Amino acid sequence: MTYVIAGSCIKDDSCIEVCPVDCIHPKPGAADFETAEQLYIDPAVCIDCDACVEACPVDAIFPDFDVPEKFDYALDLNAEFFAERSTAQRTAA
Amino acid sequence: MPGRHPRVAIVGAGPAGAFAAASLLRARGQVEIDLFERLPTPWGLLRGGVAPDHQEIKRLEDTFDRQTLRRGCRLLANVEVGVDVSHIELMRHYDAVIYATGAQTDKSLGILGEDLPGSAPATEFVAWYNGHPDYHHLDFDLDTPRAVVVGNGNVAADVTRILASSPAELERTDIAEHALEALRASRIEEVLVLGRRGPAQAAFTSAELRDLGRLEGVDLRVDPSEIELDPVSRAWLAEEGTFTARKNVELLREFADRPPRLDAGRRIVLRFLRSPVEIRGEGRVQALEVRRNDIVRDESGALRARPAGDDVETIECGLVLRSVGYQAVPLPDVPFDERRFVLRNERGRVLDAEGRALPGVYAVGWIKRGPTGILGTNKRDAAETVACLVEDLRADALPEPEGVREELDALLAERKSNLVTVEGWRAIDAHERERGRAAERPRVKLASHDELLARAAR
Repeated sequence: MTYVIAGSCIKDDSCIEVCPVDCIHPKPGAADFETAEQLYIDPAVCIDCDACVEACPVDAIFPDFDVPEKFDYALDLNAEFFAERSTAQRTAA
Repeated sequence: MPGRHPRVAIVGAGPAGAFAAASLLRARGQVEIDLFERLPTPWGLLRGGVAPDHQEIKRLEDTFDRQTLRRGCRLLANVEVGVDVSHIELMRHYDAVIYATGAQTDKSLGILGEDLPGSAPATEFVAWYNGHPDYHHLDFDLDTPRAVVVGNGNVAADVTRILASSPAELERTDIAEHALEALRASRIEEVLVLGRRGPAQAAFTSAELRDLGRLEGVDLRVDPSEIELDPVSRAWLAEEGTFTARKNVELLREFADRPPRLDAGRRIVLRFLRSPVEIRGEGRVQALEVRRNDIVRDESGALRARPAGDDVETIECGLVLRSVGYQAVPLPDVPFDERRFVLRNERGRVLDAEGRALPGVYAVGWIKRGPTGILGTNKRDAAETVACLVEDLRADALPEPEGVREELDALLAERKSNLVTVEGWRAIDAHERERGRAAERPRVKLASHDELLARAAR
């Protein structure tokens, strides 16, 4: 399982501060941070610890089995962000 | 002065001011913070800007409250710095003053007819539906089949959604009562959204764009010819396009492929590469004239819209809302950068015309960096400004204030019989939430200065 971030994310970085496995991106200072409309959780790295859910001031983070219908796109979107990212990193190398 | 805690005034209790107060309290617990606010209520655009159907974002007010007012930061609301109390008076009473006044006006289109009744900045429409007390008396004529929204940013998306949503959806939010009443009587069938540049350059977040396609009872129409990418945009999207830009183009293609929903009561139409050239009408808005643009790459590498020929298309409409950006206004006695519309600053330290730091004067938020970024951007922006302030306090680099807190309090009491403190705000907040509970809504706002001040004084 994984957690996912919905489009109501305000890019407050409280979740990044508490994530024990650094699976939330882009991080402040990263090249794509300023243009990112929200933060995303890497489903391949997330350990379902719940820390980000507690930290989020706008309740924008959900477990994958409990994503509200209005945010049903979020699971694919979070995964896709990392799929594209790794492609970009591979092509950049 | 040994044993004395530093005193800091923050001017503007919007997100930037709130994040600055929270950041300062975290960095340095022993500090006296006064949060000045022009309106009787705190939290700025979180209350008066964020759309009422985005209630989840409004939860941030609980965090602001917990991290500022509940940690001893004082609220001095219904006080306008520059009018009720001057910058010079603040400097006399505080070690530091942080300006967090935002960007309070809108940019204009600079075209004929912009001042006709029926043409307004989207920011005024937003303030009106959000119950901002300066705008509750406005009257938007919704007795027209077509409204045009000029702009492709998130404010444009917000006003489009509010104009197209069914009143039944909005009734569950904290939208202002006067707006709900007007929207119930709305005759608008179509909201046409015009982008100056193309689909790849639209400034909507993909979340906002996706929402436009998911409104109950609303058909979203995008003609496939509107979203064909020109070669310049196609190359840009493939090589430099952001994740959001690619998502937006993908969503627009999905929308263009949808069959029309003939049962829908309203429609949203998205069109691109169009610039308004004139608003026409006798006594009020009756039509908007637009011209086509091309996308070109300028010397700096940025993609710009350029007029493509002289052909003008006339679009009949009764309401034009322009949403082409916010703009800051100068503050009395504080040096203002008239070209960039910000307080000239270095990492938040305000500079004079010669580029020297003004000791004890700081800026945060839109008045510091211009109207860009989203709510959370202010958190990092505030951390940067506060780091400078803390550094200056440590280095003992700030002039000692002459006056004590009691003197400033006496001065304010004398000038503002209706000053709103945290108790007054709590009374407003509790009353609004109580009214909301009765109506099964998050809150029912008090939308005039008189009502707000009367409740705060009880």
